[in-house]
Amino acid sequence: MADKATIIVHSGDMDKVYSAFIIANGALAMGMDVSLFFTFWGLQRLKKGGLEKGPLSKMNMLGLGKWMVKRKMKKAGVASLERMMQDFMELGGKILACDMTMNIMGIKKEDLREDLILDYCGVGTYLDEARDSKITLFI
Amino acid sequence: MADIKVDCMGETCPVPLVETRKALRKAKEGDVVEVVGTHPSSKKEIPMAVKALGLELIDVEEIDGVWKIRIRK
Repeated sequence: MADKATIIVHSGDMDKVYSAFIIANGALAMGMDVSLFFTFWGLQRLKKGGLEKGPLSKMNMLGLGKWMVKRKMKKAGVASLERMMQDFMELGGKILACDMTMNIMGIKKEDLREDLILDYCGVGTYLDEARDSKITLFI
Repeated sequence: MADIKVDCMGETCPVPLVETRKALRKAKEGDVVEVVGTHPSSKKEIPMAVKALGLELIDVEEIDGVWKIRIRK
């Protein structure tokens, strides 16, 4: 069985969601299995049209900082989050959504990108996967 | 000679690694995958991935900041 990485995506900040996908896609590329658990602010990024909407975790300055960083990223040739998500799916990554967050924040399945989400689950599913993982991260 | 060519010129982390993996998944056993790119760390990291995947690294060469890596599936 392949080594596994499980990552909790708690933050919805653009730069942190980037970190999660870069690590996840790197792990898939190096032959690992990867599960991403989206919860709290991270789950907002799985709403339809929400993937690129996160603010910058520092120096967002009402979006000005984010705009500047995005411009620099584009110049450096960094892939969009949408492309990273598509690569993640193509390489067989799994996406799980926290059902408690959905309850608290009044998010319905139809508000989310259901085509990407393998399952809706609680902490038990995370632990069940994390206990056999070589790498587990909370972002 | 390569069966599959992957162009990662100008791409940055983690695209060269990911595109290499995508090509290797599509390749048949025995196929040679050739990746060219400019991202410096990927020149070291693609061979790490090849080793982790248990595949054969044929060679790595670099001319004027452009590297070429050949892998056999």
